[in-house]
Parts: sequence; C-alpha cells; structure tokens
Amino acid sequence: MKRLIGWLLGTGASLRRRGRLLSTNGVGAGAGAGFEFKFKFTLTPFAPSSAQRVSKCLALFALSLGTAHAADFDYRLTARPIAENVYAFIGKTEDFDTVNGGNIVNTAFIVAAQGVIVIDSGPSLRYGQQMRRAIAAITAKPVALVINTHHHPDHFLGNQAFADVPIAALAETRNGIAADGNAFAENLFRMSGDWMKGTEVQAPTQTLSAGRLDVAGRRLRLVALDGHTGADLVIVDETSGVVFAGDLVFNGRAPTTPHADVAHWLKALDQLDALTREAGFKLLLPGHGAPTGDAAPIRQTRAWLSWLSAAMRDAAKAGLDMNEVLARPLPPEFASLPVAASEYRRSVGHLFPAAEQEALGAKP
Amino acid sequence: MKYPLTIAAIALAALMPPAEAAALRESGDPLASARWSEMQKAFLAGAPVLFDPRVKVIAPSTAENPMQVPVTVDATALPGVVEVVVFADFNPIIQVLRFFPESAPAFLGFRVKLQQSTPVRAAARTADGVWHVGGTWVNTVGGGCTAPSAAGGSKEWQQRLNEVSGRQWSEGPNAGRVRLRIVHPMDTGLVAGTPAFFLEEINFADAAGQRLMRVQTYEPVSENPVFTLNRGVADGALEASGRDNNGNAFKTRIAQ
Repeated sequence: MKRLIGWLLGTGASLRRRGRLLSTNGVGAGAGAGFEFKFKFTLTPFAPSSAQRVSKCLALFALSLGTAHAADFDYRLTARPIAENVYAFIGKTEDFDTVNGGNIVNTAFIVAAQGVIVIDSGPSLRYGQQMRRAIAAITAKPVALVINTHHHPDHFLGNQAFADVPIAALAETRNGIAADGNAFAENLFRMSGDWMKGTEVQAPTQTLSAGRLDVAGRRLRLVALDGHTGADLVIVDETSGVVFAGDLVFNGRAPTTPHADVAHWLKALDQLDALTREAGFKLLLPGHGAPTGDAAPIRQTRAWLSWLSAAMRDAAKAGLDMNEVLARPLPPEFASLPVAASEYRRSVGHLFPAAEQEALGAKP
Repeated sequence: MKYPLTIAAIALAALMPPAEAAALRESGDPLASARWSEMQKAFLAGAPVLFDPRVKVIAPSTAENPMQVPVTVDATALPGVVEVVVFADFNPIIQVLRFFPESAPAFLGFRVKLQQSTPVRAAARTADGVWHVGGTWVNTVGGGCTAPSAAGGSKEWQQRLNEVSGRQWSEGPNAGRVRLRIVHPMDTGLVAGTPAFFLEEINFADAAGQRLMRVQTYEPVSENPVFTLNRGVADGALEASGRDNNGNAFKTRIAQ
C-alpha cells in the first residue's frame, strides 16, 4: 500500500520519508477530497492486481495533471517590494498540496547596508534555493543572517539553502525544530510530494532573545511573544517601519492551531496591536496573507480565535461529543474565509480536548 | 438462516423510510472492504447479518489526529439492541470495544487509535440474534497504534492512573447525557518495550444499582478515554466502575 501511495504522490522520496505521523504535527491529514479518493483506491491489499492497475491509471492521471502545473517545480517566486529595501514573497492562502508545493507562506528579506537579512525560509529546499536566487536578482549583497520566526515547517524547511550563513531563532523555536523538525518534514513530503525532494532539517545555529539586534548595519527590534506556538518572534524594522508578525497574524485565511495556546495568542495580538500604533509603523506583514498598512488582520485573527475558543468551551459545557462539535456549521462571518472549514475541523482536534477536560472537572 | 432473514428484511423494509429501506442489504459490503468476509467470520460467526442504515457510525472522513479519532455509534433507531461490537478492518488490533446497552439507549461516543485508513464498523445484535451492521471509512496517515502514548513520555499517569472525571447533564438539549474521562495510557503493546496496558471493563449503574450499560474496551481505545452516553432521562446519580488488564480498579459517583 505504501508503494502505491508513493506512486500517487509521484515520488520515491515521499515514500522513504513517510514514517509515523506524530500527533504533534503542525499540519495533519486534510489534503481534501482528491486525497480521500486516492486512499480508497489504494486500500485493497487483497486484490493486488486490480488495485495496481487502478493505481497505475491514477498515477498516470496524477502525472498528467502534474505536468500542467508543477513539472518544473518552480515556485515562480517574485520579490515584491513592500517598503524601501524590504521585499516579501507572498504565498497562497491555501493548504499544502502537490500543486502549490507548500508555497502557502510569506517570507521576506531586508537589504541592509552590509548584507541581506532573510526572514523565514519557506517549506522546502527548492523554495529556499529559489528564494536565494530571487534575492540575488535584487541585490549582489551577501546574505548576512536568516531568522526563523517560529518552528513550523513552512517557515524553516528552506534553511538548507542557507546552510553557509548564520541561522537564528528564539531558544524555544530551536528546541521545537530539534524535537519535531523531522516529523514535520515527513508530513510535508506526504502533502506536497516531490516539491520536497532533498529537503532535510537544517536547524538554526544561533539563539536570539528579545531586544535590539544590530545586523549587517541594520537595527532590528526583536519582540519575543508566544501563543501560535511556544515561541513566536515578531521583528520590527525601525528603518522601514515594517512589522514582521510571523504566524501570530493571518490575513484572509483561517489561522492554524496545532501548537496554539489561545489565551497567550490573544495577549500577543494586543502587543502587536500596540506596535501598529507606534509613530514609526508603516506596514504589517502577516505570516499568511497580504501585507496591510493597518491592524485589520490582527482584528481578524483575534475575532477567529475568540470565537473558536468560546465555541469549544460552550460545546464542552453543553455536553457535546467531539463528532457533534465537528458537525457544527461555521458562523456566516467566518464561513467564506479561505480554508475555514478545514482549519475549524483541525482546531476541534487541537483545542476541544482541553475544553472538554475543563468542563468535566478534570485536572489540566 | 438465509430464507427467514429475507422475510425479516422485507418486513423491516416495509416499516422504514424508503431511503433507509433501500439501503438494507444482506450481502455485499457497502464499504467494499477486502477484509469484510474475515471480519464476518471473526466477529459475527454463524449469525445472520444485515447491513442496516439504522446503525450509524459517525467519524470524520479524514482523521486529523490518528491517536484520537472520534467515533460515535448510534443504534438507537434500532429497537432491542443487546450488544454492539465495534471494529476497524485494517487496524493491527481490530476489535475496538463492545458495549451492552442493558437499560441505556444503544449510543456510545469514544475515541480510537487508527494505524491506517480503514472502515470503522459497529455491529448491533438484536434479541433475535441478527447482527445489524453499519460503518464508515476513516482515512488516516497512520501511526495511531504503534506511536507511543503521550503519557508514556510524561509518566504523569503513574500518579493519576484511573482518575475519573465526569458530568451529567440534566437540562438543555443534552439532558440525560453522561460524559466521562478516565486517565489511562491505553498502551497497545505494539510499541517496543511497552507491554499492553489498557482498560478492559467499564460499568455504568444508576443510583439504585441497576446497570445501565457495560462496556468492554480493548487496546485501540484512545489514551485517557472519554465516553459519551445518553441515559435518555436524567435520573439521579450514576456510578461508574471498572478495571484495567493489570487489575487496577476504579469506582466513582457522578452526581446528577
């Protein structure tokens, strides 16, 4: 069966990398209806000949689809100027799949006086390499530092392309990458297929802490928050007025919650909100979705999280079983948000057990 | 047995809504699982079988977390259920649990560990000896049974083993509902160096000592299991008691 799945994803690498999936994975199953369809056909181990025939057909079909979209594995990254000497690569507001190759994330770079500061490195080795080429097309200056805002795979799996330069993150982010990095990578091989070819975890080599950071002739302010994960780094570039919010802020896409502490996250959003009220503030770059000159995406993220945690609490208090919580419709204000339905279902898995425990009077 | 069942099936169908009646069938697994005939031999041997839409198995079509896949079995539309066996065709340990509704409705919610994509089925035996089978496919990426339990890493369960928390709802849309959580690692024995260690039996009784439901649980039930029952009516305190395969017992009273 594993072999058949490997064919369907069009990759031997995903097959080798496909190991056990830990419950802590940042992104769970959920590639959508097409994915389910494939699985049903692969699960007929006692009729190998017909199963293989069907699977070969499907594999050919998948390949022909692949040629149209992704055969060159080119993310077509275009550096978008968002402020003077500050550029971003804006990803799609989708979930990981074999068409987008995991380009669902925002990464960025600052062209400083003596070099380039890279903020997050994307979901794969290929992304990191292509990002580095796109940076080189803008400036001849060398990359001075790569910063990973947090330990989710779409933000650090491109590190390999920057293995020759210092890579820095908060201590807790470094721990998270060391503990979960391989499991994350395995999961992305499964979801994004051959786009991931050759990707290995390149852990950060330096530890950052909150406060001022002078790098390549640029003064950055590092704000260490948490809530989306155990450590979420916000970077304020005082020269340009850009606030790099990481995944504490989602714009036009439902937030993900696999390692979320919603109460902490809401507090972090208050602090981010304060940063956007500072005199020098010009632009907010969310981890996912378009940059904005205001705090609207902060409000949007807060609205989703507040509703979500209240919904979990109320459902647990009302005595609902997890399947009944999953079946609840989304309120109209969120129903049209991209990937809202799938993120809601995931979040029930992440957040409902704790709400349930509280409602049942269990110790945390 | 074939002929009388056919008559029984026709009689049943006449009493059911047309869509459900059309879904009743005596052969041909609606989930098209290659293991169905083995499942039938293992769990329903020798008894008549009817695929019956009144036995509802609710689970997500894609499991976010293979260690905690929510499953709700609702056979309350089927009168006279004496036993329900829940199994997953492609799990390394196939049998999930059995429950005997006795004086409670044939409804149970719980969570399971699934190792790979599989049908999850409930077979409900009625007093006439017929197994009424329902089920659904759950797609999952694996690791549910051979990944270590989270508690295995923390060891916290050693101090809190069999700690029970629970609640009854006496008003609102879920009046008569009981939910219960038990601290237990539910080790499958499939993780190297960790022997099977799991709850085997849970009994629910009312304040007068009359049993509402008996549940036999097996290794695939998730760590720190949570159960949802419907008593139908809110009727005083409830006593839950049980034990694991190492003889550790628990007994707790859940107030009205």
